[in-house]
Amino acid sequence: MKKFENPVISLLVASGLMLAVPSLATTPEEKGFAIAARSDRSDRGFGDSDVELTMALRNAAGMESGRSLRIMTLEMPDESVGDKSLVLFSTPRDIQGTALLSHAKILDPDDQWLFLPALKRVKRISSTNKSGPFVGSEFAFEDFTAIELNKFAYRYLHEEACDELQCDVVERIPRYENSGYTKQISWIDTATYQIRKIEFYNQRGDLKKVLELNDYRKYAGKYWRAHRLTMTNYQTRKSTVLIYDEFSFGTGLTDKDFVKGRLSRLR
Amino acid sequence: MNPRRFRALAVFWTMMTLVVTASADGSAWEISGSGALQTRVFAQDGLWPDQGTSGGQFSLSGSLDMRWRSDSGDQRASFIPFGRWDGTDDERTHADLREAYWAHQGSDFEILIGIDKVFWGVAESLHLVDVINQTDLVEDIDQEDKLGQPMINLALQREWGLINVYLLPYFRERTFPGVNGRFRTPLPVDTKSAVYEPRADGKRTDFALRYSHYFGDIDVGLYYFRGIGREPLLQVSGNGQRLIPRYGLINQMGLDLQYTRNAWLWKLEAMVRDGVDELILAAVGGFEYTYYQVAESSADVGFLMEYQYDDRSTNAPFTLADDDLFIGARLALNDRQNTALLAGVVVDMHTAEAFFNIEAERRFGNDVVLELRVRAIAGGRAGVGAYAFRQDDYIQVQVARFF
Repeated sequence: MKKFENPVISLLVASGLMLAVPSLATTPEEKGFAIAARSDRSDRGFGDSDVELTMALRNAAGMESGRSLRIMTLEMPDESVGDKSLVLFSTPRDIQGTALLSHAKILDPDDQWLFLPALKRVKRISSTNKSGPFVGSEFAFEDFTAIELNKFAYRYLHEEACDELQCDVVERIPRYENSGYTKQISWIDTATYQIRKIEFYNQRGDLKKVLELNDYRKYAGKYWRAHRLTMTNYQTRKSTVLIYDEFSFGTGLTDKDFVKGRLSRLR
Repeated sequence: MNPRRFRALAVFWTMMTLVVTASADGSAWEISGSGALQTRVFAQDGLWPDQGTSGGQFSLSGSLDMRWRSDSGDQRASFIPFGRWDGTDDERTHADLREAYWAHQGSDFEILIGIDKVFWGVAESLHLVDVINQTDLVEDIDQEDKLGQPMINLALQREWGLINVYLLPYFRERTFPGVNGRFRTPLPVDTKSAVYEPRADGKRTDFALRYSHYFGDIDVGLYYFRGIGREPLLQVSGNGQRLIPRYGLINQMGLDLQYTRNAWLWKLEAMVRDGVDELILAAVGGFEYTYYQVAESSADVGFLMEYQYDDRSTNAPFTLADDDLFIGARLALNDRQNTALLAGVVVDMHTAEAFFNIEAERRFGNDVVLELRVRAIAGGRAGVGAYAFRQDDYIQVQVARFF
């Protein structure tokens, strides 16, 4: 596993002086990484979370169809290992009970298993399909799974106003294989260090999609979660809106809830 | 009341008691289900007497999914009755409890008591190592529909893998198409006269032990099964008018392996069975390769190839998958309607008989799914393989409404 090897950054991270990093870092790459790391680490220690959400899919004509799902996440304290997650569908009814288990990796392909309730079959699936649409939505698989800090190389661009906040604008380039993106531009606010917007650029370098993250709420005095995520595809004019319910943290989920043997026993 | 019937009733009441007990907890049952209209249109008249002429076979089916989980989350229960009415084949008009169980989950184990369905395997063209549940053959000749199996199942999760122990009382007999049904043998199967080998009298409790886990890119399953073989031998009755299913005791070991690398899935299922008269070796293996986002669309196209091998003699229960090659393609549009299509052909390397299969489906709105199936047989040799089904080519259209 390739680790971030800049000694200055490593030292500062190790001594917990992350807040001071942006001003000390010299190159745009170092500054970009430091801002992304500060954002990512503002979330460290959440342990596990469990949330229900609805997904509304709109086509260019405004026609809508919905899905409802539940996402359970287990944080892996080691940054060189990705988190584990379980996605369980309750609607549309014909795919009710379908579940996707992911063990995220940093640069290697994730391990993923799908549970198909009609046959009661657990199937290991290829995670090469990073850029494919997730259940027909405008979100790609990688938009859900590639949220690990070290999956990207960063570059600081500039600072600008974003709505009523100030944001650092940071470019990030996927370091993992099979991404559908050449680059992403992220807006990270300077007050709470949360991502407010991401632009996704396709293989030709054209702007493909924009993700807006709104309705941030704070849990346990420190963990921020967006409750409304809108992904707009600028090439098809389709959009997908995720509306999250209240998150539950510290629900007692453990490694044993994220093994493939549990997939057939979720309901 | 005969003993079999009594036992069935006893199981049913035990389940109902568990269901009522579970409800007393205060947490609610979640109820969903589906109903479906199905029409099969056959291109030709039936080959065998009483099978009727070309044209439609109309059918209705429905299932109710009732599921419950305790407030604390450590107990769950399920109750899923299924029923079908068929306008042509009386044997296809049937009902079954697909699931009816109660389960308790501990930190690293789960115990399940009741009726459940268990699937083992990785291959697409044949489910060779899947032995826990009996096939509900009247539903579909693809053998993917199963009858609910009563069981006590203990699952133990360890760092090094998952161990499942199954005690399987109450053997379920296979369903077969009736006199008027298609895809039947030249002589109809008389399921009411099923017989058992002396050591497999239908009262015994079957046993299975399975280990499953994954090592990096490799998923593995290994099991031992001892009990009544789910596949019966079909023997001509004394009066020569019917086929009688004959069930025997088997010992079977099975293996399933999948190697997942980039867009490749490499699959192998193998089994060795100590049958009534002989030792059977069988395997199915091959690959699935997927091109993602073909031509910059959202669609995926997959190619599948599998080889099926079985060394059994004619003294063993009949199989089509003895020396056959499956080639198929899968198309998934990955759209809001979940549109998907699987088309394939299984060719017998010995007789060149080809079995064509197309399955397609698409969701309409949020709750309606339209499904299309086409099955056809070409070539073959008189008296062997699927020759008895050669006039049963059909197109099936099904509309299912989920709630």
